[in-house]
Amino acid sequence: MSSLLDLLPQLPISQGMTKLIDWITVHFSSLFDALENVGTKVMEFMTSSLLLIPPLIFILLVVILAYFVSDKRYGLPFFAGIGLLYIQNQNLWGNMMNTLTLIIVASILSIIIGVPLGILMAKSSTAQKIIQPILDFMQTMPAFVYLIPAVSFFGIGMVPGVFASVIFALPPIVRFTNLGIRQVPEEMVEAADSFGSTGWQKLYKVELPNAQSTIMAGVNQTVLLALSMVVTASMIGAPGLGTNVLTALQRGQVGSGFVSGFALVVLAIIIDRILQNVNKKHRE
Amino acid sequence: MSKLRIENLTKIFGDNQNEALHLIHEGKDKREILKETGATIGVNQATFDVKEGEIFVIMGLSGSGKSTLVRMLNRLIEPTSGNIYIDEENISTMDKKALREVRRKKISMVFQNFGLFPHRTILENTEYGLEVQGIDKRERQKKAEAALDNASLLPYKDQYPNQLSGGMQQRVGLARALANDPDILLMDEAFSALDPLIRRDMQDELIEMQKTMNKTIIFITHDLNESLRLGDRIAIMKDGEVVQVGTGQEILTNPANDYVKRFVEDIDRTKVYTAEHIMEEPAALSDEQEKPANILRVMDENNMNNILVVDNKERLIGYVTREDVEKLHKHGQENISEIIKKDVPEIEPDVLVDDLFDVVHETRTPIVITNDQSEIEGIIVRSNVIGAMTTDNEYDAIDSDEKVTDTKEEEDHE
Repeated sequence: MSSLLDLLPQLPISQGMTKLIDWITVHFSSLFDALENVGTKVMEFMTSSLLLIPPLIFILLVVILAYFVSDKRYGLPFFAGIGLLYIQNQNLWGNMMNTLTLIIVASILSIIIGVPLGILMAKSSTAQKIIQPILDFMQTMPAFVYLIPAVSFFGIGMVPGVFASVIFALPPIVRFTNLGIRQVPEEMVEAADSFGSTGWQKLYKVELPNAQSTIMAGVNQTVLLALSMVVTASMIGAPGLGTNVLTALQRGQVGSGFVSGFALVVLAIIIDRILQNVNKKHRE
Repeated sequence: MSKLRIENLTKIFGDNQNEALHLIHEGKDKREILKETGATIGVNQATFDVKEGEIFVIMGLSGSGKSTLVRMLNRLIEPTSGNIYIDEENISTMDKKALREVRRKKISMVFQNFGLFPHRTILENTEYGLEVQGIDKRERQKKAEAALDNASLLPYKDQYPNQLSGGMQQRVGLARALANDPDILLMDEAFSALDPLIRRDMQDELIEMQKTMNKTIIFITHDLNESLRLGDRIAIMKDGEVVQVGTGQEILTNPANDYVKRFVEDIDRTKVYTAEHIMEEPAALSDEQEKPANILRVMDENNMNNILVVDNKERLIGYVTREDVEKLHKHGQENISEIIKKDVPEIEPDVLVDDLFDVVHETRTPIVITNDQSEIEGIIVRSNVIGAMTTDNEYDAIDSDEKVTDTKEEEDHE
């Protein structure tokens, strides 16, 4: 039985994939270089702008924002204030801003790519059949694997980090957009049609507003997934809190690892709660 | 004039549509076709026309295809075959753009669960149809406000749909459909989600509104009572086929097949039949100039205890009783005007039999049906009303002798 299987030689999938990536790297190198250059500049500018804000002012702004989005309750603003003070106190402020930039850029790109894809999926069952397995692939493939082509294309630094994060964070926003639009009650869609709406009118005036809270839940997921990629992305030189965690891991420094890891937790909770509250407000 | 006309309109769901269509033309029914091809027949060669200004009810149980049929009229569902004409213009062959124009200008729809947009205020909902036409904000708001005002909803214009009760929401649904002043209104089970009392109010309101606005309304319902109340004409559907089209009375008196017959069996006929339908010719009338002797002779001939008196233009004046005429005759007086009694219940031809019970219970004389000119159209006595309540319609066949006897009993009573 085993001899029968041995008749089939090992297929050169690995080589094929390598060749494909090499081919892409060579042929699109100028595009990748340009993206790398522009991307790095934009993100460096963003980080340095964020760093221009004095930490105390920044913390105050976040606290005020938290206060208003959480309907003037004290829990969230209190947590946000203490958490950010902790990060500042542990000398992680600059790293946090790098991480924040990475998250913001990766999330925005995911939304820009993901929402239209989700709409396409909702409108065309063929598109859904094609995109669905790709999304499954993107979500189940270990995130480290994306780092390899990312490095081939963009070298090391912030841009490949964003590239890997977008691939990792894209699926939920696509799925949720698709779901949100498909869940708009049939009668509402019929009402829109029966008054003679064009496809775009129906989408903008009826479907997207009704799918909004579902799409926002997708945004929330996407942002958190981007955040979770921070440590992984630091392996290819994306600066930020992840770098500290990675260094601590490499040197076996439990204390330093905990401090940076906890900073990430704080950041995640603040972002998540603020987004959730914004979403809740929208729904009302 | 026919406003909307459909010809062999057919909808098949599922695969093997061509084969199924072929079988339909061979006259096979829904069940056979499902068995042979796996395709489901939604609507099977429906043909009827709807006149301008009428309320046309499409009635059928769930699964009869009525909802599919109404959605084909504005092509929310694409017909598999057949034609739809609005003002003799073929809707079924129109391209998207022309169809959109028809939907914007000519035909609006009201939905069972209202189909309001939860993220828009009542005013924004109402102006939706005008908004997609690209009418500028001020003008469309003015029109939408007028439509809301008509339905007494203007005070709620800045609220959101979920802040209103079901009945109110459906009023908004109706106002929204009317805001762009369509010729045709499609109402898909529009009142079915409302509780019975509100539902009745809405039916009354619709009838009242229709008197002034004169739209062509196509109303879908599974409720026979509702169809009889609202419909100028009713189409009954079963298994995707239109089995009968007619007025409520036609359907009750002449059911096209056993299905319709069984369907209408339990219907309270008194809520459908009008006075006109059950009235009879008075056996005799008396002129106001008539001499008592002649009146008595006519009464004897017809076995009557009292007789209606009319003027020379056949307009009702009142009635005289045998007793009074005899007295007059005994005294040798000739003028009966002194003894004419005026307490005759007088009603219009379109009063429902249901509303006659009280009248017929209290009166000693027949009820007189008069038209606008006070001319006598016919009379109704108690036996007519009772006849209307029976399921078979034998009261039509009651011979006149019997009626006269009944009349007499009627009058002897008291």
